[in-house]
Amino acid sequence: MSNYLEFEKPLAELEAKIGELRDFSTDNVDFSSDIKKLEKKSEKLRKEIFSNLSRWQRTQLARHADRPYVLDYIDLIFTDWFEVHGDRNYRDDPALVCGFARFEGQPCCVIGHQKGRNTKEKVYRNFGMPNPEGYRKALRVMQMAEQFGLPIFTFVDTPGAFPGIGAEERGQAEAIARNLREMATLKVPVIVTIAGEGGSGGALAIAVGNRVLMMEYSVYAVISPEGCAAILWNDGAKGPQAAEALKLTSRDVDSLGCVIDDVVPEPLGGAHGDHKTAANTLKEYLKRHLDELSQLSAEELVEQRYQRFRNMTQVEE
Amino acid sequence: MAWFQRKKAPVSAVENKKTQMPEGVWTKCKNCQEIIYAKEIARNLNVCPKCDYHFRISARERIKLILDEDSFVEMDAKIRSVDFLEFKDSKKYKDRIRDAVKKAGDGDAVICGSGTIESLPVIVGVFDFSFMGGSMGSVVGEKLTRAIEKGIEVKAPVLIFSSSGGARMQESILSLMQMAKTSAALAKLKAAGIPFISVLTDPTTGGVTASFAMLGDINMAEPRALIGFAGPRVIEQTIRQTLPDGFQRSEFLLEHGMVDMIVPRNEMKQRLSQILHIFTKS
Repeated sequence: MSNYLEFEKPLAELEAKIGELRDFSTDNVDFSSDIKKLEKKSEKLRKEIFSNLSRWQRTQLARHADRPYVLDYIDLIFTDWFEVHGDRNYRDDPALVCGFARFEGQPCCVIGHQKGRNTKEKVYRNFGMPNPEGYRKALRVMQMAEQFGLPIFTFVDTPGAFPGIGAEERGQAEAIARNLREMATLKVPVIVTIAGEGGSGGALAIAVGNRVLMMEYSVYAVISPEGCAAILWNDGAKGPQAAEALKLTSRDVDSLGCVIDDVVPEPLGGAHGDHKTAANTLKEYLKRHLDELSQLSAEELVEQRYQRFRNMTQVEE
Repeated sequence: MAWFQRKKAPVSAVENKKTQMPEGVWTKCKNCQEIIYAKEIARNLNVCPKCDYHFRISARERIKLILDEDSFVEMDAKIRSVDFLEFKDSKKYKDRIRDAVKKAGDGDAVICGSGTIESLPVIVGVFDFSFMGGSMGSVVGEKLTRAIEKGIEVKAPVLIFSSSGGARMQESILSLMQMAKTSAALAKLKAAGIPFISVLTDPTTGGVTASFAMLGDINMAEPRALIGFAGPRVIEQTIRQTLPDGFQRSEFLLEHGMVDMIVPRNEMKQRLSQILHIFTKS
């Protein structure tokens, strides 16, 4: 791990100390009891920090630079992966990856937003913000999955759809809207995982699923906290307050009772510290949900998905 | 009895008149800056007689303009928004709803119902931008979905007149979900072979554009309406460039293939009737 958030710093310092002690240890000098003590302290501190996270801190975790991205999950959960490119209209969008693989031996389709880790990659992936062609590619590939009767796994991790001149010219709104309508009619199981940032319409455009799971430290909201703050208080720096108001954490969304099906627990300290454990836990959840959905006929899948979203209402009458 | 002790409220001629026109006798057109006699604008369907600028109008005015006289029967008028997240910015959402209802006299940002256009039965949903920026929360999503379902049930074309800043922040994730809900309902309408006409009026942005409003079999826009996904300010801040003239206006969308036609307000009803008669068997 190389990137630390502000509230992770005390932990980073402790870990650095432990590392130093290990380096000093030789056959003659034994620090093992000190190391053990520090490790215990670190564990306690980690628990303390992570049991008292604010919504803003959780948002930062969801955006953590070391967090597993869709290509990491593909690597850890799926086999036989191959990527397909392009929307057949305009270009390929590297911010949204699409392809096919095997899940537990079974052929399937995988789609997800991809962010970059270093500056060059980040620019190449457009910070995980797709253009219309990204959504059109995703729809093309999802309909191909339907054609071959393959279940679809999507991984959501985007600040939102890209707000740019070209995106507007090529119909960002139309691309998202069409995905919402067409995903509602897919005759194969669709399982959605909100892996990191679930940002607005750009997230939803690949998230109309039979099941929607949220990773413990992911967030899902109608607008980014910064965007919300800019509109409500004319001050994008008030993100922390907006995060509180938007109630965007996995726990918050789960408490509404109708939007997501499960919160997938992450290892203590967050998925970024231990990709493998996070992926293994997620795999178990995906397997269970796929097994359940495999019992349904094509018509039942479409109807179940429709009712799922149809019932998302909180009004007074 | 002295007049100031009168218990009965005085008769008021303007009480129910909810035009959105600025008060006063003279109005300055936002587009051509011309000072115009307000009544003249009102007579001209709230379109500037000098430059054809289309002023925003209320949902009730729109209904009057489009549907046959007295044919409108409102549906689901009593649904109200709930502050289930206890959302608070400078004001509590609960109070915002209360104030908006008081000001607009309507339950939320969309009015739905059935009616006829030149005797052809239709289901309509009409946004009111003056109600919290026409934003879509649970109530708007639910009313529109029921309207679409009604269209399927009675086999009547569905018309939605949008004017909205997008999804309502105060209901966070549930507002976002209304985009999926309404779009899924439109998938059913499409499968049933019933026409959906989306009329985009000034302004239509965000989650409303990125769901049902772009999904019309026919997408129609009023002249010069602002239509887009991201708001111009957001785009400017992201790319740090000033936006080209006419960006995200109806004419820009027509040029880029996102809307089928631009129809001035005074021709709207006739054009809708023409289209609906082509698309529906009688």
